[in-house]
Amino acid sequence: MATLVALLSLIPLGFILWVAVTNGWDNTAKLVFRPRVGELLLNTLWLEAITLPVASGLGVALAWLTERTALPGARWWSALLVAPLAIPAFVQSYAWNSVLPQLHGLGGAVVIALISYLPFVYLPVAAQLRRLDPGLEDGAAALGKSPGLVFLMVVLPQLRWPICAGALLVGLHLLGEYGLFVLMRYDTFATAIVDQFESVFNGPAANLLGGVLVLLTAVLIGLETILRGDRRYARLGSGAARQVSRQALGRWTAPAVALLTLVAVLSVGVTLTTLLRWLVQGGPEIWRFDQIGAALWQSLFYALAGGVITTLAAVPMAWITVRAPGRWQRLLEGSHLYVGALPGIIVALALVTITVRMPVYQTATTLVFAYVLMFLPRALTGLRSSMAQSPVELERAAMSLGRSPFVAVMQTTMRLAAPGVAASMALVALGIANELTGTLLLSPNGTRTLATKFWALTSELDYVAAAPYAVLLIALSLPLTVLLRRQTERALAT
Amino acid sequence: MTLLTLTSVSKRYGEVRALDQASLAIAQGTLTAIVGASGSGKTTLLRLIAGFEAPDAGSIVFEELQIAGPLRIVPPHRRGIGLVAQEGALFPHLSVGGNIGFGMEQRSDRDAIDALLKAVELDPSIRKRMPHELSGGQQQRVALARALARRPKLMLLDEPFSALDAGLRSNMREMVKRRLQAEGITGILVTHDQQEALSFADQLAVLEDGRVVQAGSPRELYLQPRTEMLAKFLGDALLIDAEVRGSEVDTPLGRIRVARANRDGMARVMLRPEQVRLVPWSEGTPTAEIVSASFEGPITVVRFKASGSTFTLKVPSADAPVQGRASIVLIGSGHVIPQ
Repeated sequence: MATLVALLSLIPLGFILWVAVTNGWDNTAKLVFRPRVGELLLNTLWLEAITLPVASGLGVALAWLTERTALPGARWWSALLVAPLAIPAFVQSYAWNSVLPQLHGLGGAVVIALISYLPFVYLPVAAQLRRLDPGLEDGAAALGKSPGLVFLMVVLPQLRWPICAGALLVGLHLLGEYGLFVLMRYDTFATAIVDQFESVFNGPAANLLGGVLVLLTAVLIGLETILRGDRRYARLGSGAARQVSRQALGRWTAPAVALLTLVAVLSVGVTLTTLLRWLVQGGPEIWRFDQIGAALWQSLFYALAGGVITTLAAVPMAWITVRAPGRWQRLLEGSHLYVGALPGIIVALALVTITVRMPVYQTATTLVFAYVLMFLPRALTGLRSSMAQSPVELERAAMSLGRSPFVAVMQTTMRLAAPGVAASMALVALGIANELTGTLLLSPNGTRTLATKFWALTSELDYVAAAPYAVLLIALSLPLTVLLRRQTERALAT
Repeated sequence: MTLLTLTSVSKRYGEVRALDQASLAIAQGTLTAIVGASGSGKTTLLRLIAGFEAPDAGSIVFEELQIAGPLRIVPPHRRGIGLVAQEGALFPHLSVGGNIGFGMEQRSDRDAIDALLKAVELDPSIRKRMPHELSGGQQQRVALARALARRPKLMLLDEPFSALDAGLRSNMREMVKRRLQAEGITGILVTHDQQEALSFADQLAVLEDGRVVQAGSPRELYLQPRTEMLAKFLGDALLIDAEVRGSEVDTPLGRIRVARANRDGMARVMLRPEQVRLVPWSEGTPTAEIVSASFEGPITVVRFKASGSTFTLKVPSADAPVQGRASIVLIGSGHVIPQ
């Protein structure tokens, strides 16, 4: 079962290989080595090169402020810094676009990417800061290092893992994001692929751009692996049980609060007030409940169906990982997980190419299948940790009491993992509700989910009518944000 | 010469009074053990000396300079006081060599690092290993080497042996003691293990509820504890109500000298069990009527009655009386617990 899912997960990779092979070297070279691709490459590199260092630096600074200093209202600031996760990046762009149309191009892309994706760095760094052994910092001080040096020599090196992991996540989003960059009028591979696909349906060209995008993804992951290093900075022993003492800010309190306020205003304030403005301006007429209701229903249908099927598909793998780890298991798990790093557009492209001559082309089945591939890693990581918490002895006990192996697993491990299963279904479902790129490419004609309807209205520059959809998308994402925050903390605690 | 003086140091955390006017003087070149039950304030005391906390009242003077008190608070990194923490607190991202070099002027001085590794009886070849590849005992040795590298005048040891198993523990303790004495470093060991404290230190200070109840040589504290609690904390004790007359005291176990009897009358007298011997019975001596004897290998636990009171004593099995009568012989002197 897990093998079957793993094989299906390999489809996008197989697709890319197939593209490379069938096009032949000459044709590939002709399509890849042209100015347009160079331009996209440069755009992408600039975007990554500016966003990643700024996001890392800012993420660490903000995490340090909320976790290690006597900042007034630290807990509230911390919640506020995670809040942008509830706002899809394309909704952020939409809001900024309508407030400040001058903001576009590289500058606009970087600003919106930063405010949308900063939590990806902030969350793991803050969680790691919270669980560092305070004894180490005491030790360094007793060895004659000033507080500044202690931070540089002891704290920062131990933040390397979460910083790298967070930056990788931001980098992958930059590669895969579509809506944000369209609205900022900044061309990346993702936007170019969708353009090619929608305007001229140029198969080979789009597919080869996809190939370059996969290559970039691989480079990014490789870079992260090198930077992260192979040393795990596990805590030695139980360490000191004490709470870390928070540093008094003194005259730096005002600048610190000002920085946090600025980040909060930019990342949450602007978008929410803009939405509110459109809602007030639109009045009751924009709440076209027939249309909104239909979109909400379709969104819920895909989200729930995708959530349930994805989680079920991940169960066999999660069980094998927990109960029978080994080389084969790692290989299978790798196949499950790698799709998560691929931009959604690649999965969509692969499925379009494969299904285009089949009756399942542009059907709900194909779309749900795409969701399963895209969100499989998300389901797997959640399931794994919750299943690992129930001991194997329970399964054995159930079998010795006359249950068949399958029933035993269902009645013990799966029963105990039920909250984790529910959480992972919810996480996947909410991810699907906000998915735009794949849905645009694969959905059956006439499909209108909240995200695609919002996108259509935004494209027609009907900002007012789009506002209710944005509000619903954010409302749907709020639980996701809370869940994600908890999961990050738990993942780091095990 | 006094190296460190604490004068009426107090510290509270919210409602909890961790230290209550604690005073203590520590002479240069000595080893002091601070003992107390958990929650007695010993770790707080150490953190105040190291500089991780500031006292609410009182002062700490180190090398004739006030390092904490109303005049000034010197931050920990300027105090030059070494620290070995409970589980070593080695930096997980640095190798053994990196850890030891961390506080040195020349961070990669291999000769110096190797010399320190040898000083703590480790093989220099582990210089390149990472902390998680070491055993608990090795980690503690590296932590000690790291602290020694800065040649501190004062070394704080915060229960550094508590995570090790018993055999390794006494081994490490002896090594640390040898090292500190060889380098002339004054040491303060915090522990909840009285055996460890008695065998490690020149000076013992006992904390109870944030106060220093008594400080002195281990022998003095063991044989002449100031309170009943202290008598029991430092080892098994027989506490008897008895009548003091001059320099002697009459107990149900017989008559014994007392070291400092400042008044006659009823008093609480402490004897250590090893001061009581049971020998073959003879006429005219204090008599023990054996109630029961249970064999436990090297020792036998004997319950007996003497002058109407019941006592329990651990006796070497080789000459333990198992039934009938025995004569009681008291050795050394008793101790009257001051009221």
